[in-house]
Amino acid sequence: MENILQAFTSLLANKTRALLTMLGIIIGIGSVIAIFTLGDSLTGSLTSQMSSFGVNNVTISLQQTGESSLQNLRGSMLGYGGGGGIAEKDLIKESMLTELKNAFPDEIAAVALTDSVGSGKTAQGRNYANLSLTGVNPDYFLVSDPDLLYGRLIGQRDMEGLRKVAMVSDKLVKNMFGGEKPLGKQITITAGNHVDSYTIVGVYKHEASPLIPNTASDKDISTAVYIPLSTAMRVTGTTGFQSLTLMTAGGVDSVAFAETAGNYLGRFYSRNLDYRVSAFSMESMLSTMTDMLNTVSVAIAAIAAISLLVGGIGVMNIMLVSITERTREIGTRKAIGATNGQIRIQFIVESMVICLVGGLIGMMLGIALGAGGAALLGTPARPSPMMMLGTALFSMAIGVFFGYYPANKAAKLDPIEALRYE
Amino acid sequence: MAAMIELKNIIKRYYVGQPNELEVLRGMDLSVNEGEFISVVGESGSGKSTLMNIIGVLDRATEGSYFLDGIDVGAQPDKVLSGIRNQKIGFVFQTFNLIGRITARRNVELPMLYNHLPQRERSARAKELLEMVGMAERERHQPNELSGGQKQRVAIARAMANDPAIILADEPTGALDSVTGRLVMDIFHDLHRRHGKTIVLITHSQELAEETQRIITLRDGNIIAERAGGRQPGKEASA
Repeated sequence: MENILQAFTSLLANKTRALLTMLGIIIGIGSVIAIFTLGDSLTGSLTSQMSSFGVNNVTISLQQTGESSLQNLRGSMLGYGGGGGIAEKDLIKESMLTELKNAFPDEIAAVALTDSVGSGKTAQGRNYANLSLTGVNPDYFLVSDPDLLYGRLIGQRDMEGLRKVAMVSDKLVKNMFGGEKPLGKQITITAGNHVDSYTIVGVYKHEASPLIPNTASDKDISTAVYIPLSTAMRVTGTTGFQSLTLMTAGGVDSVAFAETAGNYLGRFYSRNLDYRVSAFSMESMLSTMTDMLNTVSVAIAAIAAISLLVGGIGVMNIMLVSITERTREIGTRKAIGATNGQIRIQFIVESMVICLVGGLIGMMLGIALGAGGAALLGTPARPSPMMMLGTALFSMAIGVFFGYYPANKAAKLDPIEALRYE
Repeated sequence: MAAMIELKNIIKRYYVGQPNELEVLRGMDLSVNEGEFISVVGESGSGKSTLMNIIGVLDRATEGSYFLDGIDVGAQPDKVLSGIRNQKIGFVFQTFNLIGRITARRNVELPMLYNHLPQRERSARAKELLEMVGMAERERHQPNELSGGQKQRVAIARAMANDPAIILADEPTGALDSVTGRLVMDIFHDLHRRHGKTIVLITHSQELAEETQRIITLRDGNIIAERAGGRQPGKEASA
């Protein structure tokens, strides 16, 4: 429409002023978009991260009664196995798990068990690699699906034979052997007061977790070395588990089953004063974390909205200045027959165009910032078209809201006074 | 001939009811026929501008009645007055009052835009009008690229946009040198003769007033003289 053309003309006539006016809107919209883009990609990566663990996983752990729940959550999240502080008699025994499996054969697809020997290192000549030595059962690889580069996984026969075999990361291989083929090679691992040699049977691809920031250099990064659970348990002398992960079968409501399984195992601890069984599904944890992220996003967005408000007031201010400057023009327009409504629309459109252009610039800036930030965090950003449309509409709404008062003032000018204005 | 402008006992007061109340027009009667070319002369403060504002329906009279082309203007709401200004009246100002930053053609199109004419029609009519005032080649120029005389010609084209019944010109040559002023006056004569426009020219140049058919002289808000003019335009006034 003619008004839009006119608005652009007057925008271009005063580029510096227009830009400064738009700055508030640009910053406001830009920060809101940046936050949402970032939040969105974080939520997205969290979801995919969690579902790589499997949303149908149920984590079962022993909680010390009265202990702060935050500590429990952290302990169970990091998957600490048996040992460490808890008495042997209190641990979840394999017999209990066998009973559980027999009670729910259709619901349970796998029971992942781990036993952490501890962090340590392996060295040969000048080469070394940091590692954490963990015993796992074959079911573990169903729950957490590592990217096997070559060789094989730890199997049932390794378990039964208490074999000294190990699955190591590609990082460790690079540090220790360079280009050489690692399969079949022996590595000597020192972990705590345990020293032993293991034969490498498999190599998996190490993937950095975005949830746990890695501060060590690439060379010093610590990766997991998996050995058979039975072998690890003999080293640590443990006979049970403080935490474990159940994978539910397809079609099973994992949120509901978490409660069922928790209650079932809870019976073994009904007379235990120190520990109780806690069970939660990844799914419910995922939604908790997503909720948390969203709350933070909304809070920051609220702060950004204040800058939008300030930006809007800036637009209103500049519109008032512009109307004073163009008093004669308004008088002329009225003399040649513009109605009050037509004058009002002209200036509202002008204010809308300022805000829309500012909003679009801010949107591009925000997406660039958000995507840049997401790239730094290693999570892909995906700005949604709905959000873009919303931004455009919202900036126009700001234009209308803050442009109405000045436009109305212009519309109500007395044409004679306006024509006489110097 | 039918009266195009019919003013009866027009009184205009400012600051009504206040101690500094000011009566600018004191019961003025004026009738202008369709197709007539008249001039209004008077000193500063004689009420010329106020009269022009009332004739141009930019302002309302405090008392009295005004019929424009048969319409009782005083009884109309503001929105209707906007329409009357748009379609019945063409304004030409001393200071041209073209809208900056848009081209000559867009300036001429404006009154038609406010009259909701479609783009194609606006553009064709604007070209035609600019041609009429000899500004066809400058249609893409912005006002700041035009000389005073050129601006005034564009302004006259704009005043003609909706083919109004009357042209109201307030000191149209006041800001121009005598040569371009002559050119502008010739255009008015042309509009009067060839297009049959009713023209009210407000001026304080006695010389220009002599060219019109009738000369109204104001002083202190009253018409003090009214006489026929009609001297051949462009000729020196006989002493």
